[in-house]
Amino acid sequence: MSTTVPTMGLPAAVDASLALRPTVWMRCLRFVRREPLGTFGLALVIVMAVTGSMAELIAPYNPTANDFSAMTEAPSWAHLLGTDQFGRDLLSRLIYGARTAMIVGLSSALVGGVIGLVLGVGSAYFGGLIDLVMQRIFDIVMAFPLIILALAVVSIFGTGVQNVIIAITIPLIPRCARVVRSSALAIREIPYVDAARACGFSHSRIILRHMVPNVMAPFLIMITASVGQAVLAEASLSYLGLGVQEPVPAWGLMLQGGAEEYASTAPWIAIFPGLAIMLSVLGVNLFGDAMRDTLDPKMRNR
Amino acid sequence: MNAASPASPLLEVRGLRMHFPVSEGLLGRKVGDVKAVDGIDFTVRRGETLGLVGESGCGKTTTGRCVLRLEKPTAGQIIFDGVDIASLGGKQLQALRQRIQVIFQDPYSSLNPRMTIGQIIAEPMFVHGIEPNATKRMERVHELLTICGLNAGFADRYPHEMSGGQRQRVGIARALAMNPEFIVCDEPVSALDVSIQAQVVNLLEDLREKFGLTYLFIAHDLSVVRHLCQRVAVMYLGHIVEMADSDTLFDNPQHPYTRALLAAVPVPDPDVEQGREFRPVKGEVPSPMNPPSGCVFHPRCPMAVDRCSKEAPQPREIAPGHMVACSEVKITG
Ligand SMILES: Nc1ncnc2c1ncn2[C@@H]1O[C@H](COP(=O)(O)OP(=O)(O)OP(=O)(O)O)[C@@H](O)[C@H]1O
Ligand code: SF4
Ligand SMILES: [Mg+2]
Repeated sequence: MSTTVPTMGLPAAVDASLALRPTVWMRCLRFVRREPLGTFGLALVIVMAVTGSMAELIAPYNPTANDFSAMTEAPSWAHLLGTDQFGRDLLSRLIYGARTAMIVGLSSALVGGVIGLVLGVGSAYFGGLIDLVMQRIFDIVMAFPLIILALAVVSIFGTGVQNVIIAITIPLIPRCARVVRSSALAIREIPYVDAARACGFSHSRIILRHMVPNVMAPFLIMITASVGQAVLAEASLSYLGLGVQEPVPAWGLMLQGGAEEYASTAPWIAIFPGLAIMLSVLGVNLFGDAMRDTLDPKMRNR
Repeated sequence: MNAASPASPLLEVRGLRMHFPVSEGLLGRKVGDVKAVDGIDFTVRRGETLGLVGESGCGKTTTGRCVLRLEKPTAGQIIFDGVDIASLGGKQLQALRQRIQVIFQDPYSSLNPRMTIGQIIAEPMFVHGIEPNATKRMERVHELLTICGLNAGFADRYPHEMSGGQRQRVGIARALAMNPEFIVCDEPVSALDVSIQAQVVNLLEDLREKFGLTYLFIAHDLSVVRHLCQRVAVMYLGHIVEMADSDTLFDNPQHPYTRALLAAVPVPDPDVEQGREFRPVKGEVPSPMNPPSGCVFHPRCPMAVDRCSKEAPQPREIAPGHMVACSEVKITG
């Protein structure tokens, strides 16, 4: 099927450029049509976000209430996903776990991303020695795998949601800063930055008003990728007992202890949190890839 | 006013050098310098337009960027209205930037794509407190757009919604927003359609008269230079080889390089003149990292004699106001 564009008369054509300024809705529609997988990913993320934020309304049971009359029960109408070794409803724990994953994933990706954004653009803008020193610091931080560094930070600051966020944020900073910096280096050479300098604007104004808005594409791409990494890192830390602590419901935590012990007799205890982790990371990554393709086709092969 | 009295210089450049270090390898070992500008002198009088011409890579843009203080010169003085600005910094430099503005070659990349035209033109007025009142500032934006031949309604548009010529007019309006005295125009029309070039050139000329502006006009197109500039400086490999009144330079070029550029033939037909760009002089332009000894033009010069490769010719005034850097040219006046 082909849509025919009505031929425009001359007066209309003069302002065609204005009429064609795409609205947010038009962009969203185009995204849905062009990126079915990304839309699927986005749907997963939305499901996770909605269940997480409305956990009280959705969860059928209290996620921390033990019920010793219903321990390690298989999925049934009473407990849709079964119960764990303390008789806690798995579905309810998964729903609250989504909230933990969202809080940790989003806040560490956002905080780490924004700090990385400012450091990356600043590094590219000032150049010279400042850039060199920052680059070497980033290199050192990035020499450690994300999870190892997060483990080190947790062992310094201690466990708990807040410290897990800090532990995951720190390794995310240089990752975002490096990608943003390489885009900012190119922006630095574009004459509008020289024009801003020639107008006598302050460094912070040039960085924040003229450079940062023009590296938004790689920044958003990095942030979505970081959410996936952060969710995974939180699950790993919690699984290792160094992240979120019982009785706070967290997916990684749910894979630990009882899940291992009852793996053969009550496999649902391990399967569902594992699935939740997989689907959420998959969703974030599919959405992130689609967004990358939409925002910055040049980055496709990186 | 007595037309014969020499106007006072607004800008005086003395011994300006801009060397870019070239480094190699991981440790950034310095292996040499690109001598983009290698000791040039010129003055621009108040209210005049000085043309700066030369082949690609000869250092025109670098000269302009030094005057704008987008680069810090390696050596030399840049005296603007009596003050040496070559090593100015901080507050004084900020204040200076209101007085010296720039129009760039590429109208597509010189406007921030994320800002509306109105924001782009209003920002300098806001930052420097030239017009603190937001409503008045917008009125001024509309006024500037109108002055530059654009509809005031363009203020709400984004740069990508405009044509190259329109964008260049926005660039001009932005430069005017701070009421500057001096504007560096770096090939302001060479990226535009031929049909639009003349309009923009005429606009620049009108603005100069209306606001008493002084221009340093960098260009490739000799017909534009002849039309717009009172005086012209010819650059070659980081040096100014000849400088004279526009008419003198075009009708009576003395330096072998200028002659080669102009192909020595007067072209009375404006259509032919229009197409008269730089004709490549025989041979390659040497690298500014490793310029020839003596006169930098000697490997390509048809008049070269032995001593040209040993002694660098000093700029001499061969007639009043006619400066040539060639030891083989006779003093005529
Ligand atoms: N930042 C820099 N670092 C190193 N070399 C540079 C830098 N800027 C300019 N150059 C070199 O200096 C020389 C002069 O460059 P410049 O841009 O001033 O030439 P131009 O006369 O403006 O040329 P065009 O007509 O192509 O614009 C060139 O060889 C260029 O490669
Ligand atoms: S000094 Fe010698 S080489 Fe240089 S332009 Fe004159 S004649 Fe040619
Ligand atoms: Mg140039």
